[in-house]
Amino acid sequence: MIIRNFLIAWKLSLKGDKKFYAWLTFLVILMAIGANAYISQMNRGLIVTAMRDQVSWGFYISNFTFLVGVAAAAVLLVVPAYLYDFKPIKEIVLFGELLAITAITMCIMFIMADMGQPWRVWHLMPFIGTMNFPASLLAWDVLVLNGYLAINTAIAFYVLYRLSIGKEYRMSVIGPLIILSIPWAISIHTVTAFLYNGLSARPFWNASILAPRFLASAFCSGPALMIIVFQLIRKLSEVEIEDRALFKIAELIAYAMGINLFLLGAEIFKEFYSGSIHSAPIQYLYFGLHGHAKLVPWIWTATLLNLTAFFIFLFPKLRENFTILNIACFFMIIGIYIEKGMGLVIPGFIPDTLGEIYEYSPSSTEVLVTVGIWATGALIYTMLLKFSLPIYTGKLRFQKYKES
Amino acid sequence: MSNSCRRKGINRRAFLQGAAAGLAGMTLPLDNAHASFWDAFLQKHFREMNDTEIKKVISRLEKECEEKYKKVVSIGTEKPLPGVQFGYGLDLSRCIGCRRCVYACVEENNQSLDPQIHWISVLRFKKGDKWVDLENSEKYYNPEKVPQKEYFYMPVQCQQCENPPCVRACPTQATWKEPDGIVVIDYNWCIGCRYCMAACPYGARRFNWASPNRPAEKLNPKTHYLGNRPRYKGVVEKCTFCIQRTRNGRYPACVEICPVGARKFGNLLDPNSEIRYAIEHKRVFRLKEDLNTYPKFYYFFAYGR
Repeated sequence: MIIRNFLIAWKLSLKGDKKFYAWLTFLVILMAIGANAYISQMNRGLIVTAMRDQVSWGFYISNFTFLVGVAAAAVLLVVPAYLYDFKPIKEIVLFGELLAITAITMCIMFIMADMGQPWRVWHLMPFIGTMNFPASLLAWDVLVLNGYLAINTAIAFYVLYRLSIGKEYRMSVIGPLIILSIPWAISIHTVTAFLYNGLSARPFWNASILAPRFLASAFCSGPALMIIVFQLIRKLSEVEIEDRALFKIAELIAYAMGINLFLLGAEIFKEFYSGSIHSAPIQYLYFGLHGHAKLVPWIWTATLLNLTAFFIFLFPKLRENFTILNIACFFMIIGIYIEKGMGLVIPGFIPDTLGEIYEYSPSSTEVLVTVGIWATGALIYTMLLKFSLPIYTGKLRFQKYKES
Repeated sequence: MSNSCRRKGINRRAFLQGAAAGLAGMTLPLDNAHASFWDAFLQKHFREMNDTEIKKVISRLEKECEEKYKKVVSIGTEKPLPGVQFGYGLDLSRCIGCRRCVYACVEENNQSLDPQIHWISVLRFKKGDKWVDLENSEKYYNPEKVPQKEYFYMPVQCQQCENPPCVRACPTQATWKEPDGIVVIDYNWCIGCRYCMAACPYGARRFNWASPNRPAEKLNPKTHYLGNRPRYKGVVEKCTFCIQRTRNGRYPACVEICPVGARKFGNLLDPNSEIRYAIEHKRVFRLKEDLNTYPKFYYFFAYGR
């Protein structure tokens, strides 16, 4: 029965107007371009990227890190909705969870794209492989990310199932999962931060401030993305999302960005005031090192965008004007994408452990594969929405097949 | 930590064979050229295999090498010798920066020639400047003659740490420290995530960004499974103190080639070894001692200059 109903809902989700098909076609074309680039990478090896022994992680891992933050931010919606029973947000929590599912799926794709031997991925699975647990933080990351994916999938589909048969979900079933998902969301970003943080070989990452900064910045970029996505949902479907909910999220972003900027200031002070040899990477990032300064314009753009967005979010009058709000959200997403992406990963490798400077910027293959993965993410989210919206709005209801 | 890897592999194998059978029909070619694909795909972790399984794997790998290079290649599995802890000494007062060690290593250990992979990096430092100032060191120096008066040289390779950060980082236990102290990699188990490269403080690990390229006539056919056997695209490799030589009582290639005798090698547990003499009588230091990695690679000064 459930399977039959699922198939009905799935079939329904494939139907749409011309705009919808045009959007799908657009995404599929980007995915095909990405897949083509990935196939050439599979054949020729990661030599087609700009990564080398000196800078052994690049654009893929940068995107991965950013997206873990987006996924973690779903918690920001879950907390007020379920703990404080804040009604306007509670109604849209589902879409946040679907975004988390999408982001984690994209994370997994970026990791696969970065692997030299993707066929051997089973080697790091628990029980069937030889996972180096608990010693390796990467093993931890595999566990928490997949766990997070499972929890959010379970919550989202349980809620959808109950809605589809015209019933409220039972808190006794879903309550423990929601409570679990809160620390779990924090854990995915903490563990990802620790993955860098634990390496004494890389002074740029080996700073205790890394995990708190990860969380603070995740609570900016993820919700900013959601504010934009929710407005789109509101516009393209019958779902009613109250302004109040969006403004609440915007208010939370203001606090998160304040904390993020404070932590950044603390880091900047420590690095530049003490000025030991270990501040070379941050020197490279902000001012350039020995004449190498590829990241400098990027990080200052990010700083400027983040500061501007912060001031907009700070004042209710500004953040409650949708045009300005959207600009601020856009600034923040780009700002954090630079700061928590390339701005975090690349300086860890520059200068490398023997002092060499190899300047990295992604190759065309890396860019195309990345575009392909983002398009895949957009497609997944579109389809998840398309699948759940009729159920959510009550358009699609299945007959109770068993009298309770 | 290292023992947790020796779990029973039977269930896993059975599971994977089932899964493989299912997958086989749909995704991958199964013609003769790919007959060993599934054997390779399902190959177990080196330390989880028993002697029979290792024999089978070795004969398959030797056959693959023979097909590729049209040449008999032997892949040894010599075990660590009891009572041996290998240690390395490098006399900075002698090193002239000639890089003969770099190329002897490439010749012995079958590194890729294109793209070029070196396991040893020789760094050049300006005399009278900051002491071992890595940030101002030069790796690509290219004068007509070495040594140059105003410089000193420091070769760096895998330091075979007693507490190796790379081993801790590896998510699949594909790299580990052998009982004789050599940190090795199972090239058939490495997934190519490169976390070990981020973790290594000595820049000692190399990745096969492309398929390693080495003409058959330049292939050293005497190899070890954990050492210089031909590698694959997408896996990490590194110095193994020439495991194929040293476990058979020979010196590493870099020690043999050094024209000035700057390189010393021996058993740290043997009180009469040359390396023990150097440690006990010379001014030794180890690279980045503040990281507590405890390298078994000692730099020292036999005489001042």
